[in-house]
Amino acid sequence: MLPIAGRGWRCIVCVKPVPDPSLFSKLRLDPETMLLRRDEVPSVINPLDRNAIEAALDIKRRLGGRVAVMTMAPPNAQEQLLEALALGCDRAFLLTDKAFAGADTLATARTLAAGIRKAGRFDLVLCGAWSADGSTAQVGPQLAELLNVPDLVCVTSMDLRSGRILAQCRRENGTVLLDSPRPAVVTLEAGANAPKLPAMGGIGKALKSKVTMWNSRDLGLKPSQVGLAGSPTRMLNVFAASGARKGEILQGTTNEVTAQLLERLRHDGLVTTGKGVSR
Amino acid sequence: MDFEFPNQVKIVQRTARDFARQVVAPLVPAMEETGKFPGKLLRQMAEVGLLGLVTPKRYGGSELGYLARTVAIAEISKVSAAVGMTLQVHHMGATAILEWGSHAQKDEHLPKLCRGDFFGTCAVTEPTGGSDLLGMATTARPERGGWVLNGSKCFITNAHLAGAQVVIAKTGEGSRGLSAFLVKKGTKGFSPGRNEHKVGLRGADTGELFFKNCRVGPESLLGDEGEGMKAALKTISETGRPGMAAVALGILEAAYDEAVKFSKGRTLYGKPIANLQAIQWHVADIMVDLETARLLCWRASWLKDRGRLDCATHMTMAKVYATEAAVRASQKALEIHGGCGTMMEYPVQRLWRDAMVCVSAGGTTEIGKIILSRAALN
Repeated sequence: MLPIAGRGWRCIVCVKPVPDPSLFSKLRLDPETMLLRRDEVPSVINPLDRNAIEAALDIKRRLGGRVAVMTMAPPNAQEQLLEALALGCDRAFLLTDKAFAGADTLATARTLAAGIRKAGRFDLVLCGAWSADGSTAQVGPQLAELLNVPDLVCVTSMDLRSGRILAQCRRENGTVLLDSPRPAVVTLEAGANAPKLPAMGGIGKALKSKVTMWNSRDLGLKPSQVGLAGSPTRMLNVFAASGARKGEILQGTTNEVTAQLLERLRHDGLVTTGKGVSR
Repeated sequence: MDFEFPNQVKIVQRTARDFARQVVAPLVPAMEETGKFPGKLLRQMAEVGLLGLVTPKRYGGSELGYLARTVAIAEISKVSAAVGMTLQVHHMGATAILEWGSHAQKDEHLPKLCRGDFFGTCAVTEPTGGSDLLGMATTARPERGGWVLNGSKCFITNAHLAGAQVVIAKTGEGSRGLSAFLVKKGTKGFSPGRNEHKVGLRGADTGELFFKNCRVGPESLLGDEGEGMKAALKTISETGRPGMAAVALGILEAAYDEAVKFSKGRTLYGKPIANLQAIQWHVADIMVDLETARLLCWRASWLKDRGRLDCATHMTMAKVYATEAAVRASQKALEIHGGCGTMMEYPVQRLWRDAMVCVSAGGTTEIGKIILSRAALN
C-alpha cells in the first residue's frame, strides 16, 4: 500500500471479552439463574476482534496513524485490553459501570458510540463481524447508525490507498465490492488476515500503559439509555440445546418403507409436494 | 490467598498455548521421526519472546519472571516436551550468564540469546555422571593469561544448537576447584560430538562436547575462578529444576486430556469406558497428580519471583514430584488406552516416553530427595 499524505489513519477497535471458544464444551449454565458460569472458563478477546486488531495494526504499519482499543465490559476486562496493547495498540479504553450490565446489542452499541465520540476524531472503527458467544453480528452496524457513518460488514479485504475505503465484503451469494469515504465502521471476517501472537516484550511495555476507564456519567449517558434499562430486547429464557438423537427402524418391504419414510418427512415438513417439490 | 495469575502471566500462558498449537504441533511428527530439532523454530520462538522470558529488558528480554516462564514451558511441553526441554535449557544458559557474567559477557551474549541467533545451554554432566560435581574430569589449565580446556561432556541439551556454551571445568581441588567458562561455537579445540538417539524427548538436541587443548581467553571465565560449583548448582537448582518441573507439568496436562478424551470416546459393553470404575479411578489419580504438581510448580516459581532464598528447596520438590507424577499419569493414561496406547498413532505413548526422560534430567529423584531431606533435617 502507498502512504497517504497527512496524519495516517486513526483507528478504534471495539473488542469483546468472550469465554475461550476452545473451551466452550466446558461452559455450563447455572441451573438457578440460567446464566453462563463465565468464571469457570477463561475469557479471551473475541477471535474475530483479533482480526480487527490485526487489520488496524496493519493500517498503522503501512499508512501510519494510531490504534485505540475499546471495550464495554466489567473491570477484569483490563486483561484483554492489556493483551491488545501488547499486540501493539496505542491506547485502551474500558467502558465499565454496573449500570451497563444486561445490555443488549443496541445498548452496547449506544455505550460504545458514546465512548468513541468522547475518545475524539476517528477515521475507522473496526470490529469483529460477530462475537463467538452472542453471534448476533448486530453491534457493528448499530454503531455505524449511531455514529452516522457508513458501515461495511463482513469485510474480507480492504484497500485504503486512495484515502477512501475499498472493501470486499462477503455476502450469502457472493462478494460485493464497496467504496466508502472515511470515517466508517468496518466489521472483519476471519479470512481478512492472520492475527499475530503478542510478543512477550510487548506485554512488558503494555504493563506500563494506562487503561482509561469511563463510566456512564463520563460518557454523558442516562441510566435509561444503558444496560438492561436501555435495552429494548429481553432474554426470556436460556436453555442448553439437547444433542440427543432418536433412531427408529421402519419395517416392511422396500416400497412400504419408502412410503412410510416419505410420509414421515412430509409430516415433519422436511419435504413438500406440488410446486417446488423437493426430491 | 489469591490463586489468580496476574494479567501478564495469563497473556503469556495464552500466547504460549496458541504458539504451541499453531507453530509447534505441526512439527512434532517430524521431530519424532528424525529426532532432530527443526531449525526454523528458533527464530519463531524468539519472535514471540519465549527465549527472553527471564532476561532483563535492556538485553532484549521481557523480564516477565519465573512464574511466566513456568506456565509458558508447561504450555509448550503440553504439545511437545522436547521443545519445552530445549527452551528450559536455553534459559539455563541465559541465566548463568546473567547471574555470573561480566558486563561485557552479558552485553555480547544475552541479546543474541533473546533474538534467537542461537540457543544457550549449561554443560555440567560428564561420562562419570552429573550428580558428582567434584568427580568432574574436564580441566581448565591457566596458560598465558588464558585457559586451556581438556575433557568431555555428555547428555548436554542443545549441544549442537548453542552458540556459546556455559561449561564447568576443574581448575583446582575441592568445592572451590571448579570454574565456569563461556566457550563459543567454533573455538579451536572445541567440537560437539554425537547427537544422541533418545527414547523420549525426541527432537530435543542432546549430545556430547569435546575439548582438546581448547584455548580460550581470560574473558571467557564466567564469574571468578573457583565459583563454578556455585554457578552450576544455582543454575541447576533455580532454573534447571523448575524448568524440568514445568516440562513434566505440560506432560501431565496432556496425559490428563488424553485420558479424559479416550475414556469418553471409547465404547465397551455398549457404554463409554468412562462409566467403568476402574477407569474412573485412573482418571482421578491423574487429576490429583496434575493439580498437586501444578500448585508445587506455581508456588516454587512465585517464591523465586519474590527473591525468596528457600525457593530452591521448593523447586526441587516441584521437580521431584512433577517428573515422577508425569511418569505415573502417562502410564495410567496409556493403560486407559489399552492396546491403542501401544500404537504410535496415539500421542499417549510419546507422553510416557517423554516423562521417563524427565526423571533423570536436572538431577535424579534420589538426588532430589537427598536435597529435600537435608532441608528438612538440618
